[in-house]
Amino acid sequence: MARTGTPLVELRDISISFGGIKAVDHVTVDLYPGEVVGLLGHNGAGKSTLIKCLSGAYKADAGEILINGKPVDINNPRDARAHNIETIYQTLALADNLDAASNLFLGRELVNSMGFVDDSSMEAETRKIMGRLNPNFRKFNVPVSALSGGQRQSVAIARAVYFNAKILIMDEPTAALGPHETQMVAELIQELKAQGLGIFLIEHDIHNVMKLCDRASVMKNGQLVGTVNVNEVTDEDILGMIILGKTPAQAA
Amino acid sequence: MSQPSLQSPATQTAHLGPFSRFLKATEIDTRLLGMIGALLLIWIGFHLYGVLVNGFGAFLTPRNLWNLTVQTSSIGIMATGMVLVIVTRNIDLSVGSLLGFCAMIMGILQVWILPKYLGLGDPMIWGLTCLAGVALGTLIGAFHGWLIAYLTIPAFIVTLGGLLVWRGAAFLVARGETISPVDATFALLGGGPYGSIGATGSWLVCGLGCLVIIWMLVGGRRSRMQHAFPLRPMWAEYFLGLLGCGIVIAATLVVNAYPWPKGIVRQYAERNGITVPEEGLFISHGFAIPVLILLAVGICMSVLMSRTRFGRYVYAIGGNPDAAELSGINTRWMKVKIFALMGFLTGLSSVVASARLNSATNSLGTLDELYVIAAAVIGGTSLAGGVGTIYGAIIGALVMQSLQTGMVLIGFDAAIQNIVVGGVLVLAVYLDILYRRGTK
Repeated sequence: MARTGTPLVELRDISISFGGIKAVDHVTVDLYPGEVVGLLGHNGAGKSTLIKCLSGAYKADAGEILINGKPVDINNPRDARAHNIETIYQTLALADNLDAASNLFLGRELVNSMGFVDDSSMEAETRKIMGRLNPNFRKFNVPVSALSGGQRQSVAIARAVYFNAKILIMDEPTAALGPHETQMVAELIQELKAQGLGIFLIEHDIHNVMKLCDRASVMKNGQLVGTVNVNEVTDEDILGMIILGKTPAQAA
Repeated sequence: MSQPSLQSPATQTAHLGPFSRFLKATEIDTRLLGMIGALLLIWIGFHLYGVLVNGFGAFLTPRNLWNLTVQTSSIGIMATGMVLVIVTRNIDLSVGSLLGFCAMIMGILQVWILPKYLGLGDPMIWGLTCLAGVALGTLIGAFHGWLIAYLTIPAFIVTLGGLLVWRGAAFLVARGETISPVDATFALLGGGPYGSIGATGSWLVCGLGCLVIIWMLVGGRRSRMQHAFPLRPMWAEYFLGLLGCGIVIAATLVVNAYPWPKGIVRQYAERNGITVPEEGLFISHGFAIPVLILLAVGICMSVLMSRTRFGRYVYAIGGNPDAAELSGINTRWMKVKIFALMGFLTGLSSVVASARLNSATNSLGTLDELYVIAAAVIGGTSLAGGVGTIYGAIIGALVMQSLQTGMVLIGFDAAIQNIVVGGVLVLAVYLDILYRRGTK
């Protein structure tokens, strides 16, 4: 995997603290087009917090975010979306009382010439994309609260990929899924990668990391342990980084 | 195990084959059906009680039904706004006091201030007054919204404060005086024989209503065809069209069957130089203006909630506030807008209420907040947020008003009225919980 030119995203020296506790402490990570970077670490290591600075859910106390080499200001999720950053949250962030189409287009509804939301068009588009992502999906006219975990996940994924994202953040996308659906997500990641998207993948399953990621950045206690090329290390090395907080070179 | 209760609705629909197939084909909401059923039960119940006990059924008469619609207007207008407030997991306890305050300011404006500059009875007075009242309501509502959204004070506290503040302010501005009578044109907005549109006007409204119903059915079918979605069977479309137009025509017949009282007819005849024949002159009331205001508000609010981004965001915020924020919805600004809209509707409602009373008193609207909240909740708005409809709230307001009117007609005293209304509110919410559990 050649990494040349300017990175798609660079999170430079990011710090954020909550009530005196440094959740993220001077962390720098980057992401190139067509690349999957895994973010690893224990629960509470600061992965989700770091990534929320990029998705606009939090505002970093210090540090810079660069997109295509240019510093940008991301104050809220609207700003992130304007930079083609899409996020699949661990909690999925779906409005349970709305149907799949309303969730998919939430905040970006299709409107007709009179400015009214065009439910029929949105449902038709949703049927199209779900036909590609999850052909078994049938429940278009019920609130998403009536869907299974996997079906809800596919709605959240559809929402992220529908709007031509350049940068995709996936926070444990396969946590709630069965083996078949996990495979589906893996294939989707490969496909998106081939299209030149950059993907940040927060993942606990070390086998998924080895299979899906090009690089892995490991965090512990809010700090970056190190970033490694996945094909140059073993899963033991990465586990060592997560558990002991040592880079493979130190461990050797 | 509590599971068997979940099973019963499914097995019931299997038994009720034709009926459930009918519901599926027409896509009629069962909860709407339930509410209308409850409403009819109340109407028929009170009428029969009157027939059997008092020897005269007073409820199902054109006169009572006409009055019922007029009395429902003020609460109904506010209830449509309360739906948005409650759907987004907030509450507004200040609407009654705010109504009183707006009415007081409008009273002062149209009786004490504007006649000085424009002259008594100037045609500009009522327009300026309404504008001022509605603008004032909107501003105060927006202010409440700002306190709630940006200073993050809970809505319950902000509007509880508002309940006291605006009632006190209503007293202060006129030192407790009652301002009466209001401008003659303004008073028409409250209904009454002159504040109704008569038989011809009512038939025009009726025709328009039927056209809109047919247009909606045709438009909906076309849009489904365009996207190759499943269609309703043709007989179901015809049934819905006939049912909708039938209800509109029936309502028109009822309001047109209620004649002006003899005294008003004589006054009108004298003024216009008409000689009243021996058997009397039958002049229909027709739809009252406040009822038309309520209908217009109901239609606009329904469109707002189901057809615009704003409405979609209201439901999204209610369903999952975090998800709404993460989807890029400016939830704080939305809250300000929702409370401003509630204030606007309260201002509008205060126009209707004070015009109907033909005066402004500082106690106008006392306890209205509770009736408004009750109307929204009886109409199926969930206090947990995310669920609620405009038509439900209007039917809820009609249910509340029907209960009160009915009890007055059969001679229950105020204490019993309160007990019944309170009991019905709790019962309605319990039935709603059962319904939701059954359909989940």
